[in-house]
Amino acid sequence: MSEKVNLKKLIIKIIKTLFIWSFILAVFRYIFPARFDNAVSMSLRYAKEMIIIFPAVLVIMGLADIWVPTNLVKQYLGSKSGLRGKFLAIFLGTLPTGPMYIAFPIAAELLRKKASLSNIIIFLGVWASLKIPQLGIEIQFIGLKFSVLRFIFTLMSIIIIALIMEKIIDVEELEL
Amino acid sequence: MIAVFINLFALILFIVSFYFNNKKSKKSLRKALFKGLGLAPQLISLIFIIGIIFAFIPPELIKEYLGGDFSIVQVGAAALFGSIMMIPSLLALPLAGSLIDAGASYTPVAAFVTTLTMVGFVTIPVEMKELGKKITIYRNVLAVIFALIISLLIGVFM
Repeated sequence: MSEKVNLKKLIIKIIKTLFIWSFILAVFRYIFPARFDNAVSMSLRYAKEMIIIFPAVLVIMGLADIWVPTNLVKQYLGSKSGLRGKFLAIFLGTLPTGPMYIAFPIAAELLRKKASLSNIIIFLGVWASLKIPQLGIEIQFIGLKFSVLRFIFTLMSIIIIALIMEKIIDVEELEL
Repeated sequence: MIAVFINLFALILFIVSFYFNNKKSKKSLRKALFKGLGLAPQLISLIFIIGIIFAFIPPELIKEYLGGDFSIVQVGAAALFGSIMMIPSLLALPLAGSLIDAGASYTPVAAFVTTLTMVGFVTIPVEMKELGKKITIYRNVLAVIFALIISLLIGVFM
């Protein structure tokens, strides 16, 4: 029931958005008739690129949401430490599971359960910036080389940040 | 190319998932549909904005502000913008790509993308509440510094 209402709301919002932009476009066409075709062809090119990649990315995210419940993440990340724990933190962070504000409570809970600070910082960093489906979008729209460079440098940075923070911060003194 | 790969990947994952549990798989499709519909208004806006960027903002203007040789002001502004804004990367990445197509340099675009994902000014209150002041401040300050280093390195290697 509530899903139906929700669906209706979403579709109304989409129609509204289309209406608003059609109006803006009509105004542009009136003011700059010469450039109008150019704008339309550029928009269509990007629309096409989005249509070929977004459904697949959304399906992957939907599947991950169903198969990788946050409980599983907690269970695995909480118990492993050392180098294996670091790899696990990276792996679990790249899984397409939800926005950042979900990750903070998980991180806090794990720290209370004595997970190592560096692993948690790695997990948070990877979760925020190196999600697998987003990488597909990045390669499609910016390019493979950019994406590979960003992935490597970001991963290295996250690990360095985690090690620096573990050196500086004494978890025992924190009130979590 | 990447689109073909991702679509194949999604298809294989879905078939495997369906084989193990068709109910769960259907649920995941419904989730995907709703997420897509929720994202659609912003994607539609983005498509129109990109058209307007290309057709109505002269390329010289984009080159002047976001292109050309490395400039501290340019990269700093891009990093500040990325740190403050909270745009889902599913939207920000196509936008970033369109700016590069329009003549922007890689360094400021990288600064924008890295700070957008690594630094979250908007989520600082939530982070402080959950993890405390100390972790939050160190994490975000270090993230800003490293995001700038990353964008410079990307600029050098691209």
